[in-house]
Amino acid sequence: MSDKKKKKLTPIQQQYQDFALKREPKRQLLKNCLYAFFVGGGICLVGQGITQFYIHFFDFNEKTAGNPTSATLIFLSVIMTGLGFYDHIAQKAGAGTLIPVTGFANAMSSAAIEHRSEGYVLGVGGNMFKLAGSVIVFGVFSAFVIALIKVIFTKYLGGF
Amino acid sequence: MIQGRTWLFKRKPTIIASAAVGGPMEAKGPLADDFDLLHGDLWFGQDSFEKAEKKLLEEATERAIHKANLRKEDIQFFLSGDLMNQVITSSFTARTLGIPYLGIFGACSTSMQGLALASVLVDAGFAKYVLSATSSHNAAAEKQYRYPTEYGSQKPPTAQWTVTGAGAAVVAPTGEGPRVTAATIGRIVDLGVSDPFNMGAAMAPAAVDTIQTHFHDLQLSSSAYDLVLTGDLGQVGYTLAHDLLEEQNFRFPKGCYADCGLMIYHPDQPVFSGGSGAGCSATVVFGHIMNRMRRGELKKVLVVATGALLSPISYQQKESIPCIAHAVALEAGGDEKQ
Repeated sequence: MSDKKKKKLTPIQQQYQDFALKREPKRQLLKNCLYAFFVGGGICLVGQGITQFYIHFFDFNEKTAGNPTSATLIFLSVIMTGLGFYDHIAQKAGAGTLIPVTGFANAMSSAAIEHRSEGYVLGVGGNMFKLAGSVIVFGVFSAFVIALIKVIFTKYLGGF
Repeated sequence: MIQGRTWLFKRKPTIIASAAVGGPMEAKGPLADDFDLLHGDLWFGQDSFEKAEKKLLEEATERAIHKANLRKEDIQFFLSGDLMNQVITSSFTARTLGIPYLGIFGACSTSMQGLALASVLVDAGFAKYVLSATSSHNAAAEKQYRYPTEYGSQKPPTAQWTVTGAGAAVVAPTGEGPRVTAATIGRIVDLGVSDPFNMGAAMAPAAVDTIQTHFHDLQLSSSAYDLVLTGDLGQVGYTLAHDLLEEQNFRFPKGCYADCGLMIYHPDQPVFSGGSGAGCSATVVFGHIMNRMRRGELKKVLVVATGALLSPISYQQKESIPCIAHAVALEAGGDEKQ
């Protein structure tokens, strides 16, 4: 817990939090990291395989194969979310399934599935970006800031 | 009669019938035989989880009324609560039943809040038959309180698994069955825990406060009950409550202290720290414990149902979790045996 948050607690609350922390089962950090590494890496490996597949059997090159690869992974992730086992893999894999594009697809499709009962417009449409929305907002904003920095450096300062 | 914060019931209202209905996870648990009805999936043939939970509560209440050999019209009041916003499950069930209804909310402590209030009504002579019920549904609760059910987030080992289940009990002035002898109403205890994935740690101090008050109010020794049962502390909260009590030199005899959240599932089921939710204590008490009391295996039981009174908004606004625990003392019925 952050120090800022600690300050707001009364001494009795602080004492209890320490008491509770001592007895709390810890997250298995090393095991979680290894799972995340191998599952996340596995997803990337599958992605690489798909890229090779598109380059080999279709008219794509290394640059253009990226888009159909992402689309395929998104498709697979949504299917797995719909069939109900993406969340079970994610419980083990953690960041391994969250970080790749499959995690983003899962965030959107799970919210869409969840709110189907409230109708297509208010339910699916209104809630689809419930989790993914902030990724888009801050993703687009940080991309804008980075682009701005790049332009300033390369155009006006002559670059490095 | 009142002693401190504890109500003592003169007429000792009787739980003449009770019922428990559960879902797929509960069917795989060690208490499966104590459920009146178990479902194989989370939908129960409905098109939303909210409707599924309503069905769950309807089934539990109908079964309890049926087991009491009564008709709906005989029940004078229906006290019910659940975890959904605006207690919709309870209100919609009350619409189906058509019985005068009081909606209550105590989060996971609702089971004993309802039973205590039902006993008060019956003991004071304001009602002959009162139906008290509560429910929770894993997916409906996840949807409201956390993330979509299929969202791949990793939960920490301190998290708990919301029970899909409903429990109902019919309380009457006389009859056969376990009797309600006393009830201690809890006060809010908030020791600053704000992590909704660690509700056991948040609720443990509330359970300890109510247990201590109950034993103090009635001047009981720690061996007064065959079983003291907390509602849904899970492994984390159960250990904490035990250690907190021990610090105050309060020890239960071995095997006389248990937690519903640990009883309802096998340790190898993927439920993290244990079961939680309003349906947790309701199904364990109104199913398993009632059956054991009727069989004479347990004479005196104290149920301390614990509730974390947070909302998704309060948690996002970084509020800590206010917790409560209500205790109800039960005694095996004497009518048929003595």
